[in-house]
Amino acid sequence: MIAIIRKELVSYFSSLLAWVVITLFLGVSGFYFYSNLSFFLLSGGFDVARGLWQFQLHDMRQIMVSLLPLLTMRLFAEERRLGTLELLWTYPLRDVEIVLGKYLASLLVLLLMLAPTLVFPALLTQTNAPVAIGALLAGYLGLFLLGAAFLACGILVSALTDSQVLAAAVTFSLLLLFWVMTWNEAAVGAPVLSVLSHLSLFDRFYVFSRGGVDTRDVTFLLLFSAVFLAWTVLALGSRRWRGVK
Amino acid sequence: MIEVAHLTKEFGDFTAVRDVSFTIAPGECVGFLGPNGAGKTTTMRVIAGIFPPTTGTVRVAGHDVQREPDAARRLVGYFPENAPYYPEMSVEEYLAFVARAKRLPRGVRRAEVERVIGATSLGEMRRRLVGKLSKGFRQRVGLAQALLGDPQVLILDEPTSGLDPEQVADIRELVKGLRGQRTIIFSSHILSEVSQVAQRVVIINRGRVVAEDRPEGLARRIEGAVTVHLRAEAPESELRALLSAIPGVHDLAVTDGRLRFHARDDAVVREVSRAVTAQGWILLELSRDSLSLEEIFLRLVHDGDPARGAA
Repeated sequence: MIAIIRKELVSYFSSLLAWVVITLFLGVSGFYFYSNLSFFLLSGGFDVARGLWQFQLHDMRQIMVSLLPLLTMRLFAEERRLGTLELLWTYPLRDVEIVLGKYLASLLVLLLMLAPTLVFPALLTQTNAPVAIGALLAGYLGLFLLGAAFLACGILVSALTDSQVLAAAVTFSLLLLFWVMTWNEAAVGAPVLSVLSHLSLFDRFYVFSRGGVDTRDVTFLLLFSAVFLAWTVLALGSRRWRGVK
Repeated sequence: MIEVAHLTKEFGDFTAVRDVSFTIAPGECVGFLGPNGAGKTTTMRVIAGIFPPTTGTVRVAGHDVQREPDAARRLVGYFPENAPYYPEMSVEEYLAFVARAKRLPRGVRRAEVERVIGATSLGEMRRRLVGKLSKGFRQRVGLAQALLGDPQVLILDEPTSGLDPEQVADIRELVKGLRGQRTIIFSSHILSEVSQVAQRVVIINRGRVVAEDRPEGLARRIEGAVTVHLRAEAPESELRALLSAIPGVHDLAVTDGRLRFHARDDAVVREVSRAVTAQGWILLELSRDSLSLEEIFLRLVHDGDPARGAA
């Protein structure tokens, strides 16, 4: 598994993909931070210690929806297209190891993407502005778990196609669907809505962004990732069984 | 070393390989011959553990590829057709990755990578990205990854396809150099190549084994595999009568003042020579041409009667 993680990291960073995604994320996050901060400072009367971060975390989540599919799109689609997947299958590696190795590599890139944004609160503490550290950490935990769920979803899609572009587009659409599925409250009955809101990835993030950690949300997000990863392993297995290149 | 028993592989409705059986002894170098789509690649992929057989069993050194996939895979180095590669990795990075993926012990990985770089003459290319290499070098990288860990069995799927003649010769020499200690299966649709490299040839067509023999033995399998030209100082009609009476002489005809006939093998030619001289006639010419492997191959494949070729 270590072999796969290292290989994927080499691919991420030597193909520049990871650099581009991280740079875009930091650039756009920085812009949001600047405008959120200005908004809070100019409007006044808001809770800067918590409210600012609630805004900022929601904005970063939004950027992740559009950027994380780029990190997962090539993980399997490219191996399928190149034919290297069949070569991996001749090594003494299990499908679970291949899937987890790729997933952990993408999680590491996610960490590298999120970590530098801690510079924003660090800057604020320099100016003696109030920062609720505990709440902020809860928010980052939520952001990481949410990103982990996005990546798991992206890996599955990538294992189902030879086309990176298709993988990214489908992943993005799925994530969007998981976001907006609870929006149309008027159109569905209360029972359906309650089911949908349990399924919605994004509704799981609200408590985190307000600085709380609800174990149900943590469990849900972890379970969501686990289900998609297990599904990916099954998809690989069935592909192998059918004997397609 | 490799035992394939009643291997059948179906892809949906399509049967790629049908009841194929053969065994390969340790240290043997076997050529897989057959037209495109004959089932060579499918058979090799099953042996390499890429996908399981639909029915039948494949064992590598006694390990069932389906029941003990890891044990079997550790013994096999596989070179897939067209040598797929990761374009963004350097030769060294790629081989280091494969060494880890093959679970070579930490202490020997570096030495192994060096060894296969040396064996495939990739030294000057080691820091180049695989995607930037010429096709010939990429094939070498493919061979290098198969050789990592010094597997006892090498399965090489069309290692020379798509190369220019010089590169083909290079790769062929490389494969020749690997014979001896290792068991090698390599596929090709180029017949001369197989006859040069392999000790034994398995001919596959439409998912079945059509023939299996040493390259020269294949020729003997076919009635009239040897074409004989004969000129003698003798009355023609008597000579013809004499030759027709010898079993194993076929298609007797006169061309350019010479008698020409097909014989099953050299024993028939000897018999002919003895019979002619026994009559007190003078033998002016007795020459034989074997059918080329190409002709044998076409006959076996197109005559389509497996019972005739298979032992």
